[in-house]
Amino acid sequence: MSNKEILKIEHLKKYFKVGKKQGQPVFLKAVDDINLSVYEGETFGLVGESGSGKSTTAYTVIGMYRPTSGKIYYKGMDISFEAAKRPQSLKKDMQIVFQDPGSSLNPRQTIKQILELPLRLHRKIRGKDIEQTVIELLQKVELPPEYMFKSPPAIGGGEKQMVAIARALASAPSFIVLDEPTSALDVSIQAKIINKIMDLQKEMGLTYLFITHDLSLMRNVANRVAIMYLGKICELASATEFYKKPLHPYTRMLLASIPVVSDAEEELKPRKIASTGEIPSPVNVPPGCGFHPRCPEKAKVCSEVVPEMVEVEPGHFVSCHQFSAKFADFWKQS
Amino acid sequence: MENQVIAPNNAFVRSHRLRETIGKYWYKFSRNKLSVLGLVIVLLVIFMAIFAPWVTPYPQHAGPFVDYDNAGKPPSSKYIFGTDIFGRDIFSRIVFAFRGALVMAIVVLLLSVPPGLLLGLLAGFYRDTWIDTVIMRITDIFLSVPPLILALAIASVLKPNLMNSMIAVTLMWWPWYTRLVYGMASSIRNEYFVIAAELTGASRFHIIFREILPNCLSPVFTKMALDVGWVILIGASLSFVGLGEQPPTPALGQMVSDGARYMPDLWWMTVFPALAIVVIILGFNLLGDGIRDMLETRTG
Amino acid sequence: MTENGLLQIKNLHVWYKVYGGYLKVLDGVYFDVNKGERVGLVGETGCGKTTTMKAILRILPEKDSKIPEGEIHFKGQDILKMNSSELQKVRSQGIAMIFQDPTAALNPVFTIGDQLSEAIKVAFSSGRAHKETVKQAAIRALKEARLPDQERLLGNYPIQLSGGMRQRVCISMAVSTPRDLLIADEPGTSLDVTIQDQILRLLNELVEKKSTSIILITHSLGVAREMTDRIYVMYAGTMVEVAKSKELFRNPLHPYTLGLLSSIPKLSGGGIARGIPGRIPDYLNPPTGCRFHPRCPQALPECSVQKPGFYDVGDGHKVACFLYKG
Repeated sequence: MSNKEILKIEHLKKYFKVGKKQGQPVFLKAVDDINLSVYEGETFGLVGESGSGKSTTAYTVIGMYRPTSGKIYYKGMDISFEAAKRPQSLKKDMQIVFQDPGSSLNPRQTIKQILELPLRLHRKIRGKDIEQTVIELLQKVELPPEYMFKSPPAIGGGEKQMVAIARALASAPSFIVLDEPTSALDVSIQAKIINKIMDLQKEMGLTYLFITHDLSLMRNVANRVAIMYLGKICELASATEFYKKPLHPYTRMLLASIPVVSDAEEELKPRKIASTGEIPSPVNVPPGCGFHPRCPEKAKVCSEVVPEMVEVEPGHFVSCHQFSAKFADFWKQS
Repeated sequence: MENQVIAPNNAFVRSHRLRETIGKYWYKFSRNKLSVLGLVIVLLVIFMAIFAPWVTPYPQHAGPFVDYDNAGKPPSSKYIFGTDIFGRDIFSRIVFAFRGALVMAIVVLLLSVPPGLLLGLLAGFYRDTWIDTVIMRITDIFLSVPPLILALAIASVLKPNLMNSMIAVTLMWWPWYTRLVYGMASSIRNEYFVIAAELTGASRFHIIFREILPNCLSPVFTKMALDVGWVILIGASLSFVGLGEQPPTPALGQMVSDGARYMPDLWWMTVFPALAIVVIILGFNLLGDGIRDMLETRTG
Repeated sequence: MTENGLLQIKNLHVWYKVYGGYLKVLDGVYFDVNKGERVGLVGETGCGKTTTMKAILRILPEKDSKIPEGEIHFKGQDILKMNSSELQKVRSQGIAMIFQDPTAALNPVFTIGDQLSEAIKVAFSSGRAHKETVKQAAIRALKEARLPDQERLLGNYPIQLSGGMRQRVCISMAVSTPRDLLIADEPGTSLDVTIQDQILRLLNELVEKKSTSIILITHSLGVAREMTDRIYVMYAGTMVEVAKSKELFRNPLHPYTLGLLSSIPKLSGGGIARGIPGRIPDYLNPPTGCRFHPRCPQALPECSVQKPGFYDVGDGHKVACFLYKG
């Protein structure tokens, strides 16, 4: 893992207009001012529940959406616009694996046709060479060559996802966004695919932006983790720090509610705080800190002022007033 | 190359795969016995239409022919469906009428489906742009006119013959396909596999014809099978009022209309051609159901 | 049936008709639920858990499925031999099912009130005495599922509710009238972890309060560990292991259970094991003998020839593996 910054996100916002209320437009604030960097060779994990903005972030990075404001830099180049405006070389270098392989692979194409597209577009391979390259790609993801004549509906979920991974690898990229790549799969198949993804990373020197809601999975995959809630990053730290010393109340609440399979793991979880309430819609973000209505540790300032990101320890960032120089006293008093 | 792996794709493997695919389709199709009945009816009609001169007892009765001695005879062993007022065998004429009916259906569909399909794809792909608006509003205009009236209007402006009646029906048929494909294309457009192709830089041509189109075809094929019956019915309606195939060439609707004024005495002149229309449409409808069952992709 | 026994499945086989023959999905399933017990059924996609539950309620597709062998005893009677009125009684008073996807389980064109009342009316008309009106019962059911504003909710349509609320509505439908057994198929799986947590807690409470038994179907061993008294592990149409929950995690025995546990990502980090090699079997031509043997790292020669029995290793812990025979 090097110190070369491959992706830099600065004050990124992505709002969706969803209607009008009393003449004023109503926005769904999917991503609301986030900053992060991804370094070459690492796996950066983005974790959160639904409505947190993690997928929207991924989709904006890959060019499905145009940022409402803020900047995205890839290898130093400003790429803060949608894919249609991006150069082909960028599309070659940055790929995505979607969550549901059932809908990310065209059910009416053969696997050969699916893999042929990036080969033709990005590596200018044609004719006889296509078949050979397709076989090599299939071998990389441990699928037999005969599969190239099959269609997605004829193969299982795990195998479909392997095809999606092969497709992402076909253009020989250096950066891959993985949006919940195994959430739709059984645990034993997930194990196989995650291991394959990690092997490929070592083998090919890839950088990953890995998104999932599964905290246990993230623990075994990411080098650094950021947790999102209602469009903002609550906490960002190295994986070890994140899981050993979670600081943000939301992080702790989430970690406390994961089902685990051994008493040993149970010990590793923060003290149990029963989760209350449901996540508000990103259309109706509460004032101040978005998490305050559900926070067991809130103070008055939390409903008024939006917390800023503070570096509590080198590389460990939290956005919670408890850790800010200005307001930390509120908690010391009680 | 040493490490070259060859995927088995020789003739033997290919034919095995083909046989398996056909087997699976036939299994799905034949689950419903009625679909098989539909297929039988349709094959029978097509066969009889193609080999009409050889399967009918009096092929010459389908042309200029009169035999007043045998006019108006009821069904008998000599004339299974009886004869009309010119002494022509109704059964033979019905079989020959199949030809016109089927030709009309094939030509109409061949001419109306591709443009309808293409317009629907374009409107769906360019959803919410001016292209969508223009195409769909024109489609709406065509669809808002009652189909039969539209066909009659067009056919009566042009000279009454088979060709012109086909043109008339084609002009009112394409919008149904545009409407059908528009809905599908615009929803498929947002599927992840289309987005994946776009994100990787595929051309618009590729997206429309290689990603979206193959997923729109099943309902189109089903509709085409069902439409044969409907086109034949519209064609019969046109020939019923004299627009369409001109005498002495037999047409089903025209035969029904000719016989109508002799009801109820020479009932066979009307009833059998009418029944033939019913049977053909029934056959294609049942076939269409079967095709739909065959093509549906099971989810999950 | 033992004194405490509520449901007993014996040697159940279920086949589905497809092109090319039959999918022999269930291959001799044994499954027991006692009164007041929380039983977990853990297995991966395609193992037959939903098929088993559908068989219990007899909602398998009539034309395309068949049950060549097996018995399902509920309160002493074999469900598979019941006539339609007895079956109706079971479905309205005996067993209730909470489906996986609350959005699909609720009819979008009827209000919550309509759908709840329907369930209640059927139960009332089947003979059990009741003191309240249908509306009162509906409101009470919603209250028990911790749903606020019950009167207004009755007039709402499913689309107006969040996923978590829809799941609670499904639960309230299931507990609106007294039941002996609840079957919850992956409750909360389509919802967030914190919401799923709440849903599972709710189910727990209700089950305790009403001393109903519950079968909790899940693919997550972690969820099963927290929410059940006993757990069955299912693979390819057979139960491969059953034990008291604590015991299963302290002393897992069947190679499939071991493989499954090792595949689960641990909070302690360090990477995940490589999973289980191979694929689930083709039900059209299932492996002979033990269905897991092609993928089993500890397979013995007899495993490919004979099917193992369900061997008792003590305290209700049973394993379907020759390694533990005798």
